Amino acid sequence: MPPKQAAAKSNVSAEELLGHYREMLLIRRFEEKAGQLYGMGLIGGFCHLYIGQEAVVVGLEAAAGEGDKRVTSYRDHGHMLACGMDPKGIMAELTGREGGFSKGKGGSMHMFSKEKHFYGGHGIVGAQVPLGAGLAFSDKYRGNDRVTFAYFGDGAANQGQVYETYNMAQLWDLPVIFVIENNGYAMGTSVVRSTKSPSLWERGAAYGIKGEEVDGMNVLAVKEAGERAVAHCRSGKGPYILEVKTYRYRGHSMSDPAKYRTRDEVQKMRDERDPIEQVRDMLLTGKHATDDDLKAIDKEIKAIVNDAAEFSKESPEPHLDELWTDIYATEIPQEA
Amino acid sequence: MAIEILMPALSPTMEEGTLAKWLVKEGDKVSSGDILAEIETDKATMEFEAVDEGVIGKILIAEGTEGVKVNDVIALMLEDGETADEVAGQTRDAAPAPAPAPEHTPAPEPGPRATPAVAKPATPVADVSPDWPADVAMKPTTVREALRDAMAEEMRRDPDVFLMGEEVAEYQGAYKISQGLLDEFGAKRVIDTPITEHGFAGIATGAAFGGLKPIVEFMTFNFAMQAIDHIINSAAKTLYMSGGQMGAPMVFRGPNGAAARVGAQHSQDYTAWYMQIPGLKVVAPYSAADAKGLLKSAIRDPNPVIFLENEIMYGKSFDVPVMDDFTIPFGKAKIERAGTDVTIVSFSIGMTYALQAAEKLAADGISAEVINLRSIRPMDTETILNSVRKTNRCVTVEEGWPQGSVGSYISSVIMQQAFDYLDAPVINCTGKDVPMPYAANLEKHALLTVDEVVAACKQVTYR
Repeated sequence: MPPKQAAAKSNVSAEELLGHYREMLLIRRFEEKAGQLYGMGLIGGFCHLYIGQEAVVVGLEAAAGEGDKRVTSYRDHGHMLACGMDPKGIMAELTGREGGFSKGKGGSMHMFSKEKHFYGGHGIVGAQVPLGAGLAFSDKYRGNDRVTFAYFGDGAANQGQVYETYNMAQLWDLPVIFVIENNGYAMGTSVVRSTKSPSLWERGAAYGIKGEEVDGMNVLAVKEAGERAVAHCRSGKGPYILEVKTYRYRGHSMSDPAKYRTRDEVQKMRDERDPIEQVRDMLLTGKHATDDDLKAIDKEIKAIVNDAAEFSKESPEPHLDELWTDIYATEIPQEA
Repeated sequence: MAIEILMPALSPTMEEGTLAKWLVKEGDKVSSGDILAEIETDKATMEFEAVDEGVIGKILIAEGTEGVKVNDVIALMLEDGETADEVAGQTRDAAPAPAPAPEHTPAPEPGPRATPAVAKPATPVADVSPDWPADVAMKPTTVREALRDAMAEEMRRDPDVFLMGEEVAEYQGAYKISQGLLDEFGAKRVIDTPITEHGFAGIATGAAFGGLKPIVEFMTFNFAMQAIDHIINSAAKTLYMSGGQMGAPMVFRGPNGAAARVGAQHSQDYTAWYMQIPGLKVVAPYSAADAKGLLKSAIRDPNPVIFLENEIMYGKSFDVPVMDDFTIPFGKAKIERAGTDVTIVSFSIGMTYALQAAEKLAADGISAEVINLRSIRPMDTETILNSVRKTNRCVTVEEGWPQGSVGSYISSVIMQQAFDYLDAPVINCTGKDVPMPYAANLEKHALLTVDEVVAACKQVTYR
């Protein structure tokens, strides 16, 4: 993977860098805490952590505008934090409590926020891709210039419905950015073991969709590519593909022993490419922040995450009445 | 205060495990993400990472220990300024139990958790009001025209309603249901799709999440099997999974069931498949009035509706009331023919067998009451039960297969709620339990016949 350096590095303000640092750190600390709560049995079922991939959503959210939509897979905690959903509501959904975004009825993989235009959290690999194109369809139908970010992984990139969607999205000029978060492994199967055409973004060419590969460990490179994609979609030119090369440090889910890769491979990525450390270096070497400044941010983030964890333990389990609610709507929910 | 490192649960089902190996020793400095130990669960050996920074103060569970319970303290980590001696006295007894989930209702629960304290909403009383006023003018209309009229009226009424599917626009509909709609509403709202059911069902569902009200036409419901993941996992379940924040106000419609001589892959009745899914509404009109009134209700309904038509019925003509805005509510069956000796329950094309059988039975002096379900989910079981309490006998009629049929569900409802009224076992008349054959004679035998319905009614009336 040839890491594409962010060209505009020198133009980045301290404020912006600190913002990225803070948001990525929030995701990392949140996910570590989620892993811990899972270990304590407070979170059940499946729990897919985003650790290592933080630069992807933080960079793209920095390129998104008001009213833009996003939809993703089951590895969704980072996306929700990055679009501004309350960490307390997310953690309480993980613990299956009343204070969760879905009142405890969705869990880690199925969370939504109409207010933040976050359309899930989908548990079926690849399903969010046509759903995302459909969200973009709704904006185009209404004649506004909003765009939708449809995130999926390298595993989902082999699902047939992705290509059905590419075809229609380009046919109808839908304003959707297909973000392939290529972390190298679909559960335990590496990209090279699942396809002989490992350049996933280039598959869009078959449908006439433009795209590019992005260094997903570099938040500035992601943001820059995101801005290109957004400009393309917003100007009515149809969809765009970003293949963001990233890496997850943890297993596929909490119960994955990750024997399909070496400990050295993970350690090397952490030591040399970590997205948070990269920004930390930029902040320190650029004299945008001192060690103490960053320690203060660490402390602040830790407090937010601890508050979220406390809330997620204290929030009551949903009332048993909730078993029978929200099966059928009685009126059509209004667009936020 | 030292940080307690607890034995982690590393799979959805793990309750205890083996602490296979420590990768750190007392006095080691660790930071978040460092691997502390290897732990064997029932399925795999997992690496266990540090969450906090600090120094390993004391290891409390030696490596090789089996049966370590989840949440037991396995080590203590020192924070800034602490020494190992200060924490040496602490043992695993100091481990607090994991925080129990606070109960919403503090009172002790009387039964197992699986039994909800709150019962599901009670079945409503049967709505026996007429579908239209007695003095309204009627107009002969085919089912095909009625469906088209319903869509056109709703598209005029609500600009968020659009139609999407294969050949719905320029071709005017594979079965000509959407005839004229492209001319009136334009290509923005009447959209031809490529042949790609999985993809366009997903796009339509996404558009519904975005607040539009799509009508998805499947050329036939046989092809909707390619799209069933979006119908069930995306459209039907999202309202629940989102705690009521967003759902899919949309209609999936098209011909369902056997046509004629098209073989096994194009001749299947999916009613029983979809009726099982909470979150979906399922309707299957028989007459043109049903088709119009129910489709208008379906388009207005804030939930995903499976609207099952029948190709053979498209050309049949029925009287439809001439009204500005004629709708039929869901969950309201219609007694198409009153009777006293046996209740026949059916829907869609099954009604043609049921009504013809009733006619034949009348000639033999048997008075059959024929109920047209129209809406399968919600199902108007009250109307069925009221009739069975009167006739004491029931025969169900459908083209679908016998195992797990609509009729078998109705039978179970009757058995549980009107057992004492039954004078005979309920009989389910269904299609034969075979894939649909092509040969004309075999196909005829695979389908339901009027004579079979007549025979079943005679059997339950002991004639």
